Amino acid sequence: MIKTDALIIGAGPTGLFTAHQLKLIGLDCEIVDNLDKIGGQCIELYPDKPIYDIPAIPECTGEELTNNLLEQLKPFNIKFHLGERVDELKKDNEKWKVKTSKGTEFETPNVIIAGGVGSFEPRKFPSKECEQFENKTILYSIKDKKIFDGKTVSIFGGGDSALDWALELSKTSKVNLIHRRDEFRAAQATVDKVKELSNAGKINLITNSQLKTVSGNGKLEEIEIENDNKETKKLKTDFALGFFGLIMQLGPIANWGLNLNKKTVEVDTEKFETNQKGIYAVGDICNYPGKLRLILSGFHEGALAARACFKLARPNEKYRFEFTTSSKTIKNRLGVKSD
Amino acid sequence: MAKITYIENNGKSHSVDVADGLTVMEGAVQNNIPGIDADCGGGMACATCHVYVKDEWFDKINKKSEGEDDMIDQAYEPKKNSRLSCQILVSPEIDGLEVHLPVKQV
Repeated sequence: MIKTDALIIGAGPTGLFTAHQLKLIGLDCEIVDNLDKIGGQCIELYPDKPIYDIPAIPECTGEELTNNLLEQLKPFNIKFHLGERVDELKKDNEKWKVKTSKGTEFETPNVIIAGGVGSFEPRKFPSKECEQFENKTILYSIKDKKIFDGKTVSIFGGGDSALDWALELSKTSKVNLIHRRDEFRAAQATVDKVKELSNAGKINLITNSQLKTVSGNGKLEEIEIENDNKETKKLKTDFALGFFGLIMQLGPIANWGLNLNKKTVEVDTEKFETNQKGIYAVGDICNYPGKLRLILSGFHEGALAARACFKLARPNEKYRFEFTTSSKTIKNRLGVKSD
Repeated sequence: MAKITYIENNGKSHSVDVADGLTVMEGAVQNNIPGIDADCGGGMACATCHVYVKDEWFDKINKKSEGEDDMIDQAYEPKKNSRLSCQILVSPEIDGLEVHLPVKQV
């Protein structure tokens, strides 16, 4: 059981800056994120896209913003729990007991949800017949590539994941690569290599086609694909892999007794607290009159939620507002010299 | 201003007036039309405002944005006439536009 002053759910820009604010005012915190990397939507959705509306930063990419926030957090030793989704949240006396998908447990008076639009989950094949084979012979990620040795693998998608795996698995398996159009969004060098292997007969490349249905007795045996002209084709296959990117699901947050508005959590604008005492929501996931889904709004919300945490984490102390330019205490926390 | 008709997958139709300068996605969200999630808020980063546009309208609306097809790759059941409604701009020229919504967005 890990005890901390505040637990942050979500390692996107808002979660990172909220951690900074907590540490500045002398509170401990740890961060959990379902993704296996830090940065949230900035890293998962638009690492290379420039952002133009971060105050005092005329232009930066999602990746640069994340790196700068991490740099700003460097004086503090923040513990990240990546690849873990917060599944359970229960009130226990005045504290919250939190449990993740990997079984990590926390006890904390404050939980700050900085969850963007929920947790990222792989987007699945539309066909209902796929469900019976999922996680066995229909997969959305690869943990052990050895299981494909000598087998026929049908890969769907047109991005880097689909094409990288098509190249990799073509060394040891028979690969069908199926994409809904004839342009690919993967890196050009990868696309060229796939086309080369396709011309050499080493990858069976099928474009302008999508999965229609699957069949098999106990395990996947055959897939049926359909092209733009509604012509269908059956292919024998041992595995089907879908790489259609990630979708955002509110997930377990929906079960925590919070007031929800569509996929967002309602908060007040003083503490950014939800209807549950000690649970806050900041960034894209929170909702209040006038809410703007901007990164800068998330920073403001996190700064206020952090101050609200102080009261519950240090009930016998009084929070005193201080500036980083002049406070000796804050400078000590930052590890910089005072004048 | 343009009248936009959103037709749900079950056939239920919603016609609303949408102000010029908004997007077809915003028209749906502001009028609480079910079936357009718009998780990313119009940033062309999620493909949850996916719609189908019939041929007669497909060429009248503004062309696809750069990168829009990359996101449509990730939509639920994309077709040739798929668009992201956050990239369709509303103007008097598209008065009467009908868009069909997919079975679901994710």
